[in-house]
Amino acid sequence: MNAGSYDLIVVGAGIVGASCADAAAAEGLRVAIVEPGPIGGGATAAAMGHLVAMDDDPAELALARYSLRQWEGFADLPEAEFSRCGTLWVARGETEGAAIATRMARLAAGGVEAHAIDAQNLYELEPALAPGMYGGMLVPHEAVVYPPRVARYLVQRAQTRHARLYAGRSVQRLTHGGVMLDDGTPLHGPTLLATGCALPELLPQLPLRPRRGHLVITDRYPGLLRHQLLELGYADSAHGDADSSVAFNVQPRPTGQILIGSSREFGATDTAVSPAMVQRMLERAFSFMPVLRGLQALRIWTGFRPTTPDGLPYLGAVPGRTDVWVAAGHEGLGVTTALGSAQLLLDLLLGRTPAIDPAPYAPARMSA
Amino acid sequence: MSTPIRVTVNGQPVEVPAGSSVAAAVARVAAHSRRSVRGEPRAPLCGMGVCFECRVQVDGVAHVRSCMTPVSEGMQVRTDD
Repeated sequence: MNAGSYDLIVVGAGIVGASCADAAAAEGLRVAIVEPGPIGGGATAAAMGHLVAMDDDPAELALARYSLRQWEGFADLPEAEFSRCGTLWVARGETEGAAIATRMARLAAGGVEAHAIDAQNLYELEPALAPGMYGGMLVPHEAVVYPPRVARYLVQRAQTRHARLYAGRSVQRLTHGGVMLDDGTPLHGPTLLATGCALPELLPQLPLRPRRGHLVITDRYPGLLRHQLLELGYADSAHGDADSSVAFNVQPRPTGQILIGSSREFGATDTAVSPAMVQRMLERAFSFMPVLRGLQALRIWTGFRPTTPDGLPYLGAVPGRTDVWVAAGHEGLGVTTALGSAQLLLDLLLGRTPAIDPAPYAPARMSA
Repeated sequence: MSTPIRVTVNGQPVEVPAGSSVAAAVARVAAHSRRSVRGEPRAPLCGMGVCFECRVQVDGVAHVRSCMTPVSEGMQVRTDD
């Protein structure tokens, strides 16, 4: 076999590319990984790392469920910084509370355990919530991880299985039967694009929009917050099409730090922090948890979610191309669904039937 | 000589001259101000508010830089947070 010939060239080493490279190497494939920047340095580094089943779309829930089962294999891995804090969805008023029954039924149908929480229970679970909340829904087995470190672990594990990392190199263009790197090195083999927001540079035919988000991390305040908290209206912000929106979404890091989100903006291409957006996001958080106002923030940063028109990722063969595959466009659920996406993609690549129906994620849906 | 200021550090009474920093009061009775995320002891390094190694809890407020904070009468300081 020629040098520069691979069974799979994975372009991009975010959490999705790293998962695909790891899964491919575990299958015994000869894998190349091409990453111009740091491992997990794109959307992966701006992700909260919340492993969460979102139930408002059946295909999204199926992929999340499939992936969450695989994440259980990382529960004892120090590099994952896996913390099973559970997810507590908070209902401010009766209107939000009315959605709980529907959501519980959908999660139950997907095999996810969830409990309705009354107001008294809510304050026992999270005493620092603002008074007057209606109740909520607890999903006790959900967890958080530290995504960039997991990505690095997965790349390193692939390397122990003979994957070759082309670090600091980018793909200049797709060729017939492979890729050309920016230093003129040709690589040959089936190619998987896991480049997130950079996908249109190589595959302009698949629509993808960056959706900016802000994150704030505080100093350590152990015990102040116990669960990943989200407002029950979160899905309206996450899956609505508004140009900009914010939602209450806070996370206790294992160190005692508190990670505060979330914001969503289409049309913002600047990586610089927007003070107006941060203020809007924090005011939202303070209205749910006033104690946050007195904490010290250490860092604020932004990232871009790769967003497809229908909110589902592209997983599968690229129509009209031979041996070009894609795993990108996971928007805000790339960490949750990375492992399942990788397994599904490897099954397709190797001609096996995936464990879940791959049709909803097929890139061909965009040309239909 | 002005009247000394009385504070407590981890419940222990300490007297320091008016105008002293909380870090000076802490140094009288405690070997360190805080612990790192891995539990290692930390003490003031820069003395000018930059390194954040001198953080202590003052009257219930966490992460106060003791080198930048003057003592006041009756202040309650806790280290190791």
